[in-house]
Amino acid sequence: MSQTWVQLCYVVAAVLFILSLKWMSAPATARRGVLAGELGMLIAIAGTLARPEVVNYRGIAIAFIVGTVAGVPLAYLMPMTAVPQRTAFSHACGALAAALIGTAEYYQHTPHGFVMGAIVAETLLGFLTFTGSLMAFGKLQELLPGRPFTYRFQNWINLGIFGAALALGIFLVAFPEQRWIFPIFASLALIFGVLLIIPIGGADMPTVIALLNSYAGLSAAAMGFALNNDLLVIAGTLDGSSGFILSVIMCRAMNRSFTNVLFGAFGKVQKSAARAEQRAVRSATAEDAAEILGSSQMVIVVPGYGMAVAQAQHKVRELYDMLTRRGVDVRFAIHPVAGRMPGHMNVLLAEADIPYDRLFEMDDINSDFGQADVALVIGANDVTNPAARNDPGSPIYGMPILNVDKARTVMVIKRSMSPGFAGIDNELYYMDKTLMLFGDAKSFLGDIVKALPAAAMAA
Amino acid sequence: MEKEDPVHIDVFTLYVFILAAFLGFELIKRVSPLLHTPLMSLTNAISAIAVVGAIILLGQKDAPPLSRILGFIAVTAAITNVVSGYLITDRMLKMFKKREGGKR
Repeated sequence: MSQTWVQLCYVVAAVLFILSLKWMSAPATARRGVLAGELGMLIAIAGTLARPEVVNYRGIAIAFIVGTVAGVPLAYLMPMTAVPQRTAFSHACGALAAALIGTAEYYQHTPHGFVMGAIVAETLLGFLTFTGSLMAFGKLQELLPGRPFTYRFQNWINLGIFGAALALGIFLVAFPEQRWIFPIFASLALIFGVLLIIPIGGADMPTVIALLNSYAGLSAAAMGFALNNDLLVIAGTLDGSSGFILSVIMCRAMNRSFTNVLFGAFGKVQKSAARAEQRAVRSATAEDAAEILGSSQMVIVVPGYGMAVAQAQHKVRELYDMLTRRGVDVRFAIHPVAGRMPGHMNVLLAEADIPYDRLFEMDDINSDFGQADVALVIGANDVTNPAARNDPGSPIYGMPILNVDKARTVMVIKRSMSPGFAGIDNELYYMDKTLMLFGDAKSFLGDIVKALPAAAMAA
Repeated sequence: MEKEDPVHIDVFTLYVFILAAFLGFELIKRVSPLLHTPLMSLTNAISAIAVVGAIILLGQKDAPPLSRILGFIAVTAAITNVVSGYLITDRMLKMFKKREGGKR
């Protein structure tokens, strides 16, 4: 196939990728979007395989088989609760591919000037995103401790290593023949990726995952510059801007800046603020909860990461069904940073067959809490903490929260009184109208579901 | 390399980059937060377009051993993302249902 035909394939693929993202905007067209994306990828790969300079197909065929064998189970066997880990792992794969291609290009051609600059950007982003994503994967999979880990001069050390990597990169652009520099440059980028994620706590994971997504895309875009391939630039940049926008949305939802997320080590500052005093809380049984829920007209459920950990989404669905059948208006309030990645809660609730028109964004539902009889908080913490509104001394002050405290009764399903990921005490738990339901979310919801019919009889 | 220009800058590709960035911003802004997780796995699969560069590297005539090894790993990693990315996105999207007629 001539170069013109190959280029035409790439143009068609680029159009399909753009349509794919366009159709992704609403659930009704989203699956068509996936199809467009698949088709685009197929055309791009077919066009590339038909390029005259591609002659050795054996290695490619083996790699295709290995990749498919690895990819299919990764897509079908992963439980939905593990989607954040899978996403982090994919960022690592994508970044590794970009970084290795850049490395090979460098050693094979030793390019100069603009192309070398692109390769430096590609490998720098690629290597740091590779180790960073693996670290994020480790934290999400709980292979590594999830709490932020900080030490003295951490930010200065990180900044120094990144600065050194950048300086070596610039040096390589100026003197590409100095090949011994490249391994040092690559190692610094790899180390920086690890150090970048070490101080990140669970509450910040949504932002960081989105940011790594952006880096992986930009790395592919830089490869497009190095290979003078516009399709790579377009697809990589679309991914890069997507990740960037998502991380901005996440930051805004926490009222924090990028620098604060990356260098702030959430959950460290407030140690001093931890109050030793024991405050009284009201706890209740599943039967009490069932009675109140059964006699209410409107219930707003607030899910959080705790629901994912307990795998409680199917029990939530049972409760939703029972209450809906009794005429209760049940809604779900989703905070943008609930869970460990953007949209995490929506996917879990959709998996449990809860219709998506019952899931509401924060801004759309916050005014409804005043009319709600019950706000049922399942494994969410910081996103419900009124301190974000009232207490200027709180580390989360200014963060937009769900107005759970405005509901007539607040129920919180929680394992124990231990503070959440950010280590901040939640005032909500000590309010007079709050009932604490201590226990595992899944089994407690099961008990409520069992107690509901009896509660209905009594009423 | 048409001309001997030591600081040759690929301006055309820069235009493409900037336009794609603006387009991406406009497209992603419109995506419902409901679908942010599938969106991320979809863009992840799309950015596995890096496979194009990896194929050229691995498939070239008389590739040096280093290019062959790194190219092989890169094709494998990228194809893993292509396959798992699209499949899991579709698997997730299949679960999003509306109430009417949504209960199978």
